[in-house]
Amino acid sequence: MQVKENFEPVIVAFCCNWCSYAGADLSGTNRLNYPTNVKIIRVPCSCRVNPMFILRAFQKGADGVIICGCHPGDCHYTSGNYFTRRRITLLYSMLDFLGIERNRTRLEWVSAAEGAKFAATMQQFTEDVKALGPNRRLEDLRCRKQ
Amino acid sequence: MNKNLKEQVLRSSGVNVLKCMRCGKCSATCPSYDEMEYHPHQFVYMVEKGDIETLMKSESIYKCLTCFACVERCPRGVEPAKVVEAVRLAAVRQQGGNHLEPTDIPALLDEDLPQQAIVTAMRKYAK
Amino acid sequence: MQRIGVFVCHCGTNIAATVDVKAVAEALGHEPGVVISQDYQYMCSESGQELVKNAIKEQKLTGVVICSCSPRMHENTFRKAAASAGLNPYLVEIANIREQCSWIHKDIATATEKAIILGRTAVAKVHLNTPLNSMESPVVKRALVIGGGIAGIQTALDIAEAGFDVDIVEKQPTIGGKMAQIDKTFPTLDCAACILTPKMVEASQNERITIHSFSEVADVKGFVGNFTVKIKKKARFVDETKCTGCGLCTEKCPMKKVPNEFNMGLDNRSAIYIPFAQAVPKVATIDPNYCMMLKTGKCGVCSKVCSAGAIDYKQQDTFIEQQYGAIVVATGFNPINLDKYDEFAYNQCPDVVTSLELERLMNAAGPNGGTLLRPSDKTHPHTIVFVQCVGSRCDDEKGKPYCSKICCMYTAKHAMLIREKYPDTEVYVFYIDVRTPGKNFDEFYRRAVEQYNVHYIKGMVGKVTPKSDGKIDVQASDLLANEQLHINADMVVLAAAIEPDKTARPLATMLTTQMDTNDFFTEAHPKLRPVESATAGIFLSGACQGPKDIPETVAQASAAAAKAIGLLCKNSITCNPCVAHSDELMCNGCSSCEKVCPYGAITYIDKEFRMPDRTTKVRRVASVNPAVCQGCGACTVACPSGAMDLSGFSNSQIMAEVDAICK
Repeated sequence: MQVKENFEPVIVAFCCNWCSYAGADLSGTNRLNYPTNVKIIRVPCSCRVNPMFILRAFQKGADGVIICGCHPGDCHYTSGNYFTRRRITLLYSMLDFLGIERNRTRLEWVSAAEGAKFAATMQQFTEDVKALGPNRRLEDLRCRKQ
Repeated sequence: MNKNLKEQVLRSSGVNVLKCMRCGKCSATCPSYDEMEYHPHQFVYMVEKGDIETLMKSESIYKCLTCFACVERCPRGVEPAKVVEAVRLAAVRQQGGNHLEPTDIPALLDEDLPQQAIVTAMRKYAK
Repeated sequence: MQRIGVFVCHCGTNIAATVDVKAVAEALGHEPGVVISQDYQYMCSESGQELVKNAIKEQKLTGVVICSCSPRMHENTFRKAAASAGLNPYLVEIANIREQCSWIHKDIATATEKAIILGRTAVAKVHLNTPLNSMESPVVKRALVIGGGIAGIQTALDIAEAGFDVDIVEKQPTIGGKMAQIDKTFPTLDCAACILTPKMVEASQNERITIHSFSEVADVKGFVGNFTVKIKKKARFVDETKCTGCGLCTEKCPMKKVPNEFNMGLDNRSAIYIPFAQAVPKVATIDPNYCMMLKTGKCGVCSKVCSAGAIDYKQQDTFIEQQYGAIVVATGFNPINLDKYDEFAYNQCPDVVTSLELERLMNAAGPNGGTLLRPSDKTHPHTIVFVQCVGSRCDDEKGKPYCSKICCMYTAKHAMLIREKYPDTEVYVFYIDVRTPGKNFDEFYRRAVEQYNVHYIKGMVGKVTPKSDGKIDVQASDLLANEQLHINADMVVLAAAIEPDKTARPLATMLTTQMDTNDFFTEAHPKLRPVESATAGIFLSGACQGPKDIPETVAQASAAAAKAIGLLCKNSITCNPCVAHSDELMCNGCSSCEKVCPYGAITYIDKEFRMPDRTTKVRRVASVNPAVCQGCGACTVACPSGAMDLSGFSNSQIMAEVDAICK
């Protein structure tokens, strides 16, 4: 399989409604640029993100998945992000086992006031995923774009 | 400030001096307070600042009784006695200090002094 | 077959400048199920909303996608518009192409491409949207206040003022709490009883307030708007309705050697007692641990002298059950036990006292009638040492890691009062930091130093040694002078840390509210929702949430009352319909979801199922209470069988969004 010249990764971002989604909005309000590769899905809480969703994204051809939630202790639902943290830690060991590069999945805490952090994080994550190249290990070839 | 020395004292004592809230209860409880030039709370603070050579030169490190009253009573669990002990250790372990010159020995010789003590002192303090 | 309408907003030039809106509308028009795709200058304007409404009616739309600004901005606007056109509001989805697309990107081609993907994602989601209806849950118009201290009294008065019935449950025989024991209040030095007792009387006379004294909460069931609470009325062996509070029984009772807890054990009371003169309700209570009649069956003096015939030695604990719409927790605090602090000789020397004991020693109604005397030999103390932070700001198992907040101020108050009343007394205060953030607080502390010559010494007391001559040797460090001091004191006063009441922990379990590691109740949001617990319908008042002085406690008590009134005003509460629900056929009853639910919204029920062979089988399945569920979705991920799902953010919807982005 040939690697495309200008590889533009597909990145799925899960953002919790209360902190990170608002943080993403704030980076927009402040006109802080980040790559178009990032597409955001709104979830009520980062703990709504089932690891299945992440695997599904990789299967369908996403090159990176980032989950953003409130800072520990700030969760709107008091404890949701702690669950997320544990689940993602477990998912990492599974991804390690499968041979998926760890840098393709990231968990980041972004508060509603951290528009700049959101933009910077997305910038950095996109660059990291670009450096890794296309996701091949988990991609379902039947899903590949023509 | 000697960073390596501070690092050494922190590591050998196992104490986190940053936990200190400067209440002075260690010095308030210290039975050899009046004997000491630097007091337990000063040990903790000076180690935090990295001013360890001053402490090493002070007599205070030998005045601490290691009674652990300060360790027992510190509300923050800082364990000042362990800091004092670590500074004492740093002084004892100094290499190259050459506290004892071979030429000094004849003057120090004492009939009652066991031979072994001289050999040990040489090993311990000579280069 | 779905009929979806897509509406792309220009937002003036906010979106249209970087996103080719016509191209977006055109591209989304080809998506499956989309029957109409339009763009408009300002979709949120009156005429823009009209456009959406007309399309819903004319095209008989089953779903709407608005490509516009953030849903945090106008989701509600468009949901309302859809509802007025007869479409379920939860069939509307927003694609955020302003904050998350046009504003952050500069290149029109890529921005347009991204906007199309975002729109496609929303279309994919709306395909799977289901109409959701907000449940209405009725509100019982009655509130319960747990704890009858100043916090509980203030909350109850405020709620009653608004016209709702309130019950106060207090575990002591009288309401009043800690404030009743305090002598003077800082920073104004007015007498605590003079400002508290009128409020106690007001509470008892308010016809909307019922006081259950000497009672405890035994059980709590239900959810916001509809709690069922079982209250245990402990046997006090006196008929509350008959007792007139004349106090004759307390005078005649032969058992007079009972430590008086109201005076911190500094003097004695009788076995039948009224805690203090202004007690509310002013009713006697028999202490069964000391009463000779109850212990040995021989005495009965109180029953003989009681002209009202109120004494009932056979009284039993009784339980009452009541419905409440809201519950306010006001369980308050206690000073910590100082048994582990040997260095301060608290247990060895009666002249080493806690600050609350000093309050009683100085109080006109206290054991010495207001004259400050040493508890050991009743002589006037000439040198008094105050020790700050005893058990506060500790990092060990003996103390508490937090600052108790009130000690700096009450110590300044004590020091000042002593110097005022007994100018021949030398007062030393050993402090680590003096913390006086509050209106007129620092001025108050400076007055103690400058006007009353209280000796404030930066340092801590290391050792307190009672001596044979009755004096106390206080060994302390003076950090600024860099010396160790020995003070020959007559009395030592320890500013003991405060901790939440011991009854708070089991109460929190009953209420399914959360507590921090120090057993303080956790508020729903530390800054923006400070008087609500994370559990809907449970509010926090006073020191049960964190250390507080009286003004703060009263402020929080009224705030909690306002929140409770806000809930009680409603006839019913509309619940967020985006809540979890369980597929009973898939649920295996494992309890995983119950454990992760922060709100206690999930319970397990035994339900009968028809089996294929026409038999019935009882299985244990999860059941979500939609009135309590806040819709975080933690349970949906914890569920191993995939039975749990979240309406509005279902597994299939999010999967569809993922697929649409990756396509």
